[in-house]
Order: sequence, then C-alpha cells, then structure tokens
Amino acid sequence: MTMQETALDDRQRRARNYAVMAVLLALVALFYVITLVKMGAF
Amino acid sequence: MRPLSAPLDAAAGPAVADYVALLKPRVMSLVVFTGFVGLYLAPGHLHPVLASVAVLCIAVAAGACGAINMWYDRDIDALMRRTKDRPLPAGRMAPGEALGFGCVLAGASVMVMALALNVAAAALLALTIGFYVFVYTVWLKRRTPQNIVIGGAAGALPPIVGWAAATGDVGLPALALFALIFFWTPPHFWALALYRAGDYERAGVPMMPNVAGPAETKRQMLIYTLVLWPCALAPTLLGVAGWVYGAAALVLSAAFTACAVRVLYDPGERAARQMFGFSILYLFLLFALMVIDRVAGLPGLQG
Repeated sequence: MTMQETALDDRQRRARNYAVMAVLLALVALFYVITLVKMGAF
Repeated sequence: MRPLSAPLDAAAGPAVADYVALLKPRVMSLVVFTGFVGLYLAPGHLHPVLASVAVLCIAVAAGACGAINMWYDRDIDALMRRTKDRPLPAGRMAPGEALGFGCVLAGASVMVMALALNVAAAALLALTIGFYVFVYTVWLKRRTPQNIVIGGAAGALPPIVGWAAATGDVGLPALALFALIFFWTPPHFWALALYRAGDYERAGVPMMPNVAGPAETKRQMLIYTLVLWPCALAPTLLGVAGWVYGAAALVLSAAFTACAVRVLYDPGERAARQMFGFSILYLFLLFALMVIDRVAGLPGLQG
C-alpha cells in the first residue's frame, strides 16, 4: 500500500466515522423528542 | 451464477456515498412520498413529530430493502450496464458489509415504528421488507416473468403502512392506494424492460419482454393501464379525494393509456422510453393531487 493510498484510506475512514457519529447523535435526539411527545410535553 | 463479487478495492474502503447508494435514493423518494400520502389522507390527528418519524421509518426500511437487494443481486448487477457501477459489483464494498448495513436498518426501522407509532404499522413495515427481500428478490425475480407483478405488492404497501401509522388499522382507501401502485408497477417496469431487454437477457432475469416477447408485453401493458382507471378514481369514490383529483385522475389515466397504445404500435424504443418517464410522473402527480385536493378542501363526494 502506497503513502497516497494510506492517506485516502484514513480520509475515508474519518468520513465514515463522522457519518456514524452524526447518525448516533440524530438517533439520541430522535428518541428524546419522541419521548417528550409521548409524554404529552407538546 | 453466485457467489460472485469483484475483488475488493481494499486501498480505500467504501466511501459514505457508497452507503448512500446502497439505499437506492431515487426508488426511496417515490416510496416515501406514497407512504406520506397514505399517512396524510388517513382520518384522525397524528402529532407532526410522530408523523415525521413514521415517514422516516418508511424511508429507512426502503433503504434497507435496497441494500439487501444489492447484496443478493451483486452477481447479476455486475452484468447489467445500468447496475455494474453499484458499490458491490464495482468492488468498493465487501458483500457482508452491505448485508449487515441493510439488516441493521431493517431492524431499526421496524423497532422505532413499533415504539413511536403502533404495532400494526410496524408489522406491516416488517411484512413489506420481508416481501421485497424474500418473495421478490430471492424467490421470484430470477424465476418468473410475473416477478415484478407479484413483487409489486412490496412497492405498493407503503401507503398502507402510512395509513396504519396514523390509525392503527387498514382502511378501504388505503387498499385503493395499494391497488393503484400495484397495477401501475407492471406497465412501469415493462416499459423499462422493453428497451433494456439485452441487459436482462445477459443477467438471466426473466422479464416479460424476454420471455413472452415485446408484442405480448405491450398488449399486457395496455390492459394494466385500463385496469388503472378505476383504481385511480377510487380515492374520489371512497371520499378521501375530491372531484378535482378525480377529473385529473381520468385525464392522466387517459394519457397513460395513450402512451401504452403508442408503445403497442411503435416497433422501436422511443415510445417505451417515453412511457417509462411518464409512468413516474403519472404516479407522482396522482399522489400529489390527492394531497393538494385535501389541503385545498376541494369538493368531493362527502363535501
């Protein structure tokens, strides 16, 4: 594996990790809002 | 023919865009829209947040179906021009990764639907995913030219899921929306199959033009467009849409039938290509008009 390939690999892995983080944070927010609505907060 | 996958391009691994491609975003958009309309037309009031969650679940489930379908069909996808650049046949992603991604999304969408909305909607969503994966993709697609006719039920279920999310049961108008998409699917797919017959032939998928020939396919397409007339008019007759929608449904159905007649007499591909394009517009406009009719409070049988 060349240096360039390693750099590309790192970039793509970072992008995937950020995407997973965004999805997890969105899920936390989603469950929080669903709970509030189910409890009749709105 | 299976198992087959291109050697994995291990240098880079899959990009985020490859995961998005697994979800078949274009197919998803029509599924989401029809699911939303089913939910919107249903009687009663659903909190906007919960309605959004229901639509999100339908979208994620549709994406899950796309991912699992791409995992199973990776061998034939590599043989067709239209699909050979997908993440698996192109070697940008390992097959197991796509399968895992699809299964997680499928499970999550059903679970959230059950927790946030109701069990009936979640069960129907699970049925939709199961039907698409096991009945259409695994069982029918490679075995019979009726593949997309019977398999079309999976694509027709989202409005019922949306309706059930709002009401907890399945009403007659929801079944009318199901019938509309169900009978729209064959002429829609066969229009595509008429000018992509070579692709399907190479992949060994028994689409109607390859098995019964173009003439018989065109004849059946015309019949399906005629069956669509009462289906398109049903929302008005059942009182969930007004007469403005009803009139537009008749005009659009006449135009769709005219497309099928043109295809019948066109020995080339041009009419089939146009019919495929119009078929998407036809379904989109019908569902959009049902919503507009409701929003504007236009007169119907019950108003």
